Amino acid sequence: MTTVALKPATMAQALTRALRDAMAADPTVHVLGEDVGALGGVFRVTDGLAKEFGEDRCTDTPLAEAGILGTAVGMAMYGLRPVVEMQFDAFAYPAFEQLISHVARMRNRTRGRMPLPITVRVPYGGGIGGVEHHSDSSEAYYIATPGLHVVTPATVADAYGLLRAAIASDDPVVFLEPKRLYWSKDSWNPQEPQSVEPIGRAVVRRPGRSATLITYGPSVPVCLEAAEAARAEGWDLEVVDLRSLVPFDDETVAASVRRTGRAVVVHESGSFGGPGGEIAARVTERCFHHLEAPVLRVAGFDLPYPPPMLERHHLPGVDRILDAVARLQWEAGN
Amino acid sequence: MTVMEQRGAYRPTPPPAWQPRTDPAPLLPDAEPYRVLGTEAAAQADPELLRRLYAQLVRGRRYNVQATALTKQGRLAVYPSSTGQEACEVAAALVLQERDWLFPSYRDTLAVVARGVDPVEALTLLRGDWHTGYDPHEHRVAPLCTPLATQLPHAVGLAHAARLKGDDVVALALVGDGGTSEGDFHEALNFAAVWQAPVVFLVQNNGFAISVPLAKQTAAPSLAHKAVGYGMPGRLVDGNDAAAVHEVLADAVRRAREGGGPTLVEAVTYRIDAHTNADDATRYRADAEVETWREHDPIELLEREMNARGLLDEDTRRTVREAAEEMAADLRARMNQDAVLDPMDLFSHVYAEPTPQLREQQALLRAELEAEQEGAH
Ligand SMILES: Cc1ncc(C[n+]2csc(CCOP(=O)(O)OP(=O)(O)O)c2C)c(N)n1
Repeated sequence: MTTVALKPATMAQALTRALRDAMAADPTVHVLGEDVGALGGVFRVTDGLAKEFGEDRCTDTPLAEAGILGTAVGMAMYGLRPVVEMQFDAFAYPAFEQLISHVARMRNRTRGRMPLPITVRVPYGGGIGGVEHHSDSSEAYYIATPGLHVVTPATVADAYGLLRAAIASDDPVVFLEPKRLYWSKDSWNPQEPQSVEPIGRAVVRRPGRSATLITYGPSVPVCLEAAEAARAEGWDLEVVDLRSLVPFDDETVAASVRRTGRAVVVHESGSFGGPGGEIAARVTERCFHHLEAPVLRVAGFDLPYPPPMLERHHLPGVDRILDAVARLQWEAGN
Repeated sequence: MTVMEQRGAYRPTPPPAWQPRTDPAPLLPDAEPYRVLGTEAAAQADPELLRRLYAQLVRGRRYNVQATALTKQGRLAVYPSSTGQEACEVAAALVLQERDWLFPSYRDTLAVVARGVDPVEALTLLRGDWHTGYDPHEHRVAPLCTPLATQLPHAVGLAHAARLKGDDVVALALVGDGGTSEGDFHEALNFAAVWQAPVVFLVQNNGFAISVPLAKQTAAPSLAHKAVGYGMPGRLVDGNDAAAVHEVLADAVRRAREGGGPTLVEAVTYRIDAHTNADDATRYRADAEVETWREHDPIELLEREMNARGLLDEDTRRTVREAAEEMAADLRARMNQDAVLDPMDLFSHVYAEPTPQLREQQALLRAELEAEQEGAH
């Protein structure tokens, strides 16, 4: 008997698998967007879907984001489950009117009679040397909009499981794909049965005792690396991967911080008005008596995403995280 | 040496022959809005249809008057009247089959009611007790849409989905002249034409977007002309002529149902009342202009025709009036009852399952309400 060594799958391939499995399992699942057909999307996430399921199920649309999401609303009204691809983070902005005024609130406007099961896939974040408008972390806009679920995977397995869950959800989900992890690989084995994670649960990626790094999406691997590096300085860091920003898993996060007594929130998007402020407030409210230091944030700077040659200064990296960890040895009067 | 001389014997290859993708001529609207009433075509109009249109027009006018009165009594927060535009509203509702879908904007309560939605449920948005009072699936009427033109892509998506499923369903979407300037109008028309979606767009050109006249909205020869650029036919119709609007829409619906793709219809009409009860129309238009349009009243146009053809005896007239009065009295009575609202409903329809965060907030409100109750005892 010969065993063929399995090539590990990338996150992009796991996403493709998730779309393919969802389409095969449910004929109402339709994929639409710019270049999703013959090309398979600019990141190849929809690769092969048009061929396998036909152009009616995987449709190249005219180049118009409001039109893509707006027609998806009508399709969902008629019983389909559209999965919409926005080509890049900043190109989703023309569709915000549809997202905020209709997608997020149609269930509410109609008193529950017209839920919209739409998945909006948005490749987001920096670190790939993209030119202007190709690196935004737009999650703060989405999480500020009630009615949307907002999820973001950090591992290949989660990319599969969370996307399946998003497509199965009867509510609209903004599915944020960390583009710099598209080509990342881990131990995910596409031959094994795949678990579909319910939306809304955070996971402890690395247990630790001295402080918690709370993070998600593209910053998860950075935090894991920081945690390894911190060992040398005697810090045993716990890393919590949120996976879902809305709903937010207060329980897992608070339990972790109560254990460690210290927390740093890490994300790429800007600090002011960013998710970190919300998370720090929630942690403080729940863990005040357990905290040995203020909850700190390590985030992108509060500026329009910088040009690629400068982005390394902007993105929260291991050193900046370690600096924050050092500041957790906080004493009153510090 | 000149540049041309330097290029010497160079002969550019001619570009490949250019062909228009579609012959634009059949797509162009007529020069004048199409009319039926008062023309030769009227003799062909189906008497039964004229009677139905008449009954709905009278009922619709009464509805507009009653709803406007309800704003004065504080029973409605706001009402954008469609007085003067009833022919468009009514034709839009009557032209559809039961399985078809209507996508109204905030001014189109009348079309919604003419489609069969309960008159009180159609007003919940404007009354303020819930955004959408009716079940969209029950009557195949999308929620009244306030952001301009955003309902148009929905209509396209729904029509497209229906066709993919093999259902011969048509979507009819209503939009104002101002709404045609929005980006969503363009995207919807373009998607509809590219997908050949079974959808009909009806622009009610009532002259104004709040205070801004059409001349400041567009430089196009007419709004119907915009269709040509997308590759769909544009039709221009007298929006106060109920028989004409119905005929043009019926043609467009038939074409759509048979796989002929979308149509853009511009109905030229006029908003007799102000934009809403909160608007002062004297600031931007002259009374004389309103008067000339009053003389082109949709109900009178139809009445004159029906009289000429002997289709409107005193009995019919009385029955129609009485039915309209009854509807108004019922509307008045039910709208004068205070709405009974459950504040806990606030949390019921945000997600299929409330998030833990919403559950916490729900508990807070419940505690507040209980404290209020105890305080009242
Ligand atoms: C996107 C958007 N911008 C502005 C408004 C505010 N607004 C409400 S009605 C209106 C004028 C609309 O005019 P038109 O489309 O001609 O429709 P009409 O009111 O004449 O029926 C405006 C500007 C709105 N509802 N939506």
